[in-house]
Amino acid sequence: MSIWEYANPVKFMRTSGAALPWVVAGAAVCTVTGLVWGFLTPEDYRQGSTVKIVFLHVPAAMMAINIWVMMLVASLIWLIRRHHVSALAAKAAAPIGAVMTLIGLITGAVWGQPMWGTWWEWDPRLTSFLILLLFYIGYIALWSAVEDPDSAADLTGVLCLVGSVFALLSRYAVFFWNQGLHQGASLSVQPGERMSAVYRYPLYLTMLGFGLLFLALLLIRTRTEIRRRRLAALQAREMRA
Amino acid sequence: MIELGKYAGAVIGAYGLSLALLGGLIWQTLAANARARRDLERQENRG
Amino acid sequence: MIALLGRDLRLAVRAGGGFGLGVAFFLILCALVPFGVGPDTAALQPIAAGILWLGALLACLLSLDRIFALDHEDGSLDLLATSPLPLEGAVAVKALAHWITTGLPLIVAAPLFGILLHLPPAAIPALLGSLLLGTPALSMLGAFGAAVTVGLRRGGLLLSLLVLPLYIPTLIFGTEMIRRGQEGGDMGPPLLFLAGITAGVLAVIPFAAAAALRVNLR
Repeated sequence: MSIWEYANPVKFMRTSGAALPWVVAGAAVCTVTGLVWGFLTPEDYRQGSTVKIVFLHVPAAMMAINIWVMMLVASLIWLIRRHHVSALAAKAAAPIGAVMTLIGLITGAVWGQPMWGTWWEWDPRLTSFLILLLFYIGYIALWSAVEDPDSAADLTGVLCLVGSVFALLSRYAVFFWNQGLHQGASLSVQPGERMSAVYRYPLYLTMLGFGLLFLALLLIRTRTEIRRRRLAALQAREMRA
Repeated sequence: MIELGKYAGAVIGAYGLSLALLGGLIWQTLAANARARRDLERQENRG
Repeated sequence: MIALLGRDLRLAVRAGGGFGLGVAFFLILCALVPFGVGPDTAALQPIAAGILWLGALLACLLSLDRIFALDHEDGSLDLLATSPLPLEGAVAVKALAHWITTGLPLIVAAPLFGILLHLPPAAIPALLGSLLLGTPALSMLGAFGAAVTVGLRRGGLLLSLLVLPLYIPTLIFGTEMIRRGQEGGDMGPPLLFLAGITAGVLAVIPFAAAAALRVNLR
């Protein structure tokens, strides 16, 4: 029994079908509870009620980066071991990642307006996310532009590798270019810099919720892609017969 | 209704926009999945 | 390889516009900017470096799809792929030919256009140096984008969407270097970063571009 058995589409469909209700339920419970809990937290003495936005902003931003990393890993698995499920998972993840990036940017802008007095600032973190969004858009556009599915998987895989290097490079280039307004990491291991527990626990819950939500959406979307692929194969067989 | 103070617009706007985006994504995912499943079933029943 | 380089250069010259068109586009862009922002030195001087780099970027982008498209149509790309020359080498040579026909004329013309935009003369060496170090990376990354999109019907728009984000680091360090040259600051760090990016791109991207080409020729 190895993990590679899940690269078999039939096996993947069976296992993911069995796991899906649990993941969906977990995602729903964690996200809804976390967001409601976050919405009911007391006001921060400096930020007022805008502190509640953090429960959307931080998990979305975290997932935006993690999803790209997941796509990179999936692309590598496809390029090295040629497992179709892996390529389809990378394809399925991209729109989720783009939406997460967009949520991160929008919530950041809405929070920044009253706090920094501006909707948008060319701050390194904000700019990096905008660049990440561009990479997501290019990746999705390339998937939809190439007709042959295996070529599309190969080309997007290579693009994902090159894009990862340049996304990282851009991030450091942007730090060089402009010093930031954005505060440091919201969750730090140093006790003095931590957020207070009132905000931290609902934040953990929403982060878990967004992770599970991504997993649920990813499974459903990958299943959609596998079904589409199978449909195309059946139709091609019928045309030949 | 809980009190949001002077930033009510920002907080509700951020939640509204984000949930709308997430809702759109979830709806699109489910709709595409349902369509793929239906098309596939139809094709398999024919063949 | 040298024969391939000579062939590509001859084709670019004979087709006309290989050398001239990019520079003409660059000139038009630099001529249009003052209409947009006003003719004052105070308004033009701070943005001159950015305009020059953006102009170089866009002029470079315009001719990218020609790197592989024509050879793909008439089948000589398949010949190249089956020839004893490694495809990575062919990609590098094609990028070099693109740089000689597009990048080099831009560098030669850039000081002139810098004067048009009131770039102080003290910044001219920085402008030349940054373009000289940066534009090879633009050509090579462009060759990668062109290799990815070579078989596609509407590749042109997609090509810019894929390639422009890859130009961001080069653009940042290139303009930063000119800005520092203008203000008499220390040009060392951006220069080193720019050279580092170009060296890395030249070393690694041919492999990615050749891999993409092989997929598209399958």
